[in-house]
Amino acid sequence: MHTPTTEARPSIYYNYEVFKPWLASANPKQERKKVVVVGSGPAGMVTALELARHGVPSVVLSAELQFSQGSRAICFTRRSMEILQQVGVADRMTEGGLPWRFGNSFYRGQRVFRMEAPHDADDRFFPIINVQQQFMEEYLHDACKANPLIDFRWGNKVNAVVQKDGYAQLEVDTPEGPYTLESDWVVAADGGRSGIRSAMNLQMEGASYEGFFVIADIKIDLPLPTERLAFFDPEWNPGNTILMHREPNGIWRVDYQLPEGETPEEALRPESLKARIDAQLAMIGHAGLKWEMDWSSVYSARTLTLPDFVHGSVIFTGDAAHLLPIFGVRGANTAFQDAQSLGWHLALVVKGLAGQRLLANHSAERVGAAREIITEAGKSTRFMAPPSKGFRLLRDAVLSLSLTQDFVRPLYHWRTSRPHEYSHSMLNSMGDDNGLFKAGPAHGAPPQNVCLGANDFLLDHLGGGFDLLYFTDASAVPEALQQVIQTARAKGMPLNVIAVGAAQAVTGADQTLPDADGHLRQRYGVPANGGAYLLRPDQHICARWLTLDATRLQAALTTALPQ
Amino acid sequence: MTDKALTIDGLETVYDALATAIDQAGQDKAQLFLVKLALLNANALADEHLFQQQITAALQDL
Repeated sequence: MHTPTTEARPSIYYNYEVFKPWLASANPKQERKKVVVVGSGPAGMVTALELARHGVPSVVLSAELQFSQGSRAICFTRRSMEILQQVGVADRMTEGGLPWRFGNSFYRGQRVFRMEAPHDADDRFFPIINVQQQFMEEYLHDACKANPLIDFRWGNKVNAVVQKDGYAQLEVDTPEGPYTLESDWVVAADGGRSGIRSAMNLQMEGASYEGFFVIADIKIDLPLPTERLAFFDPEWNPGNTILMHREPNGIWRVDYQLPEGETPEEALRPESLKARIDAQLAMIGHAGLKWEMDWSSVYSARTLTLPDFVHGSVIFTGDAAHLLPIFGVRGANTAFQDAQSLGWHLALVVKGLAGQRLLANHSAERVGAAREIITEAGKSTRFMAPPSKGFRLLRDAVLSLSLTQDFVRPLYHWRTSRPHEYSHSMLNSMGDDNGLFKAGPAHGAPPQNVCLGANDFLLDHLGGGFDLLYFTDASAVPEALQQVIQTARAKGMPLNVIAVGAAQAVTGADQTLPDADGHLRQRYGVPANGGAYLLRPDQHICARWLTLDATRLQAALTTALPQ
Repeated sequence: MTDKALTIDGLETVYDALATAIDQAGQDKAQLFLVKLALLNANALADEHLFQQQITAALQDL
């Protein structure tokens, strides 16, 4: 019997709702499901929402009866917001969030590096926005609840997953005892300590770092802007690093590295937390300011990934698939990209529109992304928390030099999470004009947003299927192209056509963007009428042409949906 | 390696200056000082491959 706590978690700023468990006895007998998503964090819920967008129903299982404890992930990147916009929760994130774009690194009281993340006038979203994870989970949960294709089950803990021939059998424990659930696919979005991963005895590849960090959220009224603050080797914590972030609702995140040899248990004693937070506040000139503890936890940096995310009927995603350091805000931000990718790849396989090679592509692309992140995050981690004497010596030499020498300062850059470019994806078209473009997003790249008018951006118009941007000022999409599009649609391929550059509605297009000033054409490097871009359902580019013809469109569509 | 090399006089000047600076840095800070110096040299060299060759040379016969 699984008995999750029915007591609301404590929090200064968030009122936890305790949901009712889903009980098998109160529901009809369970037929075999298409997809069961295990875990209701960012990865699980975005996967379910993306699946639903493509018309695929899913069951989402949450072991708990409430959202996760503490703020956890607090910094969300522009690409995450673009993904959250696709599943309908970006407005709520924006409403309660604190956007920012500057980061500062301090050493011996001097600001030795200031990062200014670019904010293009064509971007709807800021480089980063701070929102506590409970709010983000609430917004996603509301979206799931409002969707008739998502069957959300609180208090349902997966005890075992047994792989059968072409499906999996789950033993799901609840407050009234276990029931059995069968599903064609199981999405393991059960987090960094994935029970499914352990039970399947899957090994992750990569490195674990020794240093521990305390993460503490305090309520305090600090007169500081929303910018990232990093302090290196301060007097109160020699050799170690401290990070601070402003959160909504009067909360500040303070992360600090523990002295070597100290255990997490020692570090989380209230008197230890108090002494260190007081010391940090004193160092930044706010000694004695009143504060209250909301939540604390301990973290250690790991750069690990499964080498394959698909195992029989089970697909791993988010932290269950890889463990990434917090430096560079890579946990939830990577999970959103995983989930967005998994959602459409799996949906098209479930619907029979593509073969399992499409899932192999998902795994290859996202494992590639994880490995790229691991390389980048490894650099940040070796600077923030040097793993050996040599790395410490180099880091300390850089700190010392940075007081007077410009050339070392870029080493403070912590390489914020950015979307992976699927440059070598098997879905990219071979015979298009990718190499001939002088501007615009290339093969595999995420889209460049473009401001079309007041509160109107290109990405507002995309998603839910493949998007063909066709640049023309003519009154119709050429007949031969329309025929290819109709044939693909008749086979079930979700494909939207957006005409760009005509003042009037274009026949054969679902939408027309006038692009009167030619700005969208310019950003996408399209010099003349007849150019086109094909975007996948995750908006990454898979083909682009200076002049599109029916044969090459057909070839690109065939490549994008391998059988 | 480049064709440029120190003169004997120049090498002797570097020899004395480096020894004096190591003493000046003191036992606790000598290592840190040398790493800072190596980074400054590497930046002036502006050639990571040449620097790697120097690392290899310096690691010999320790």
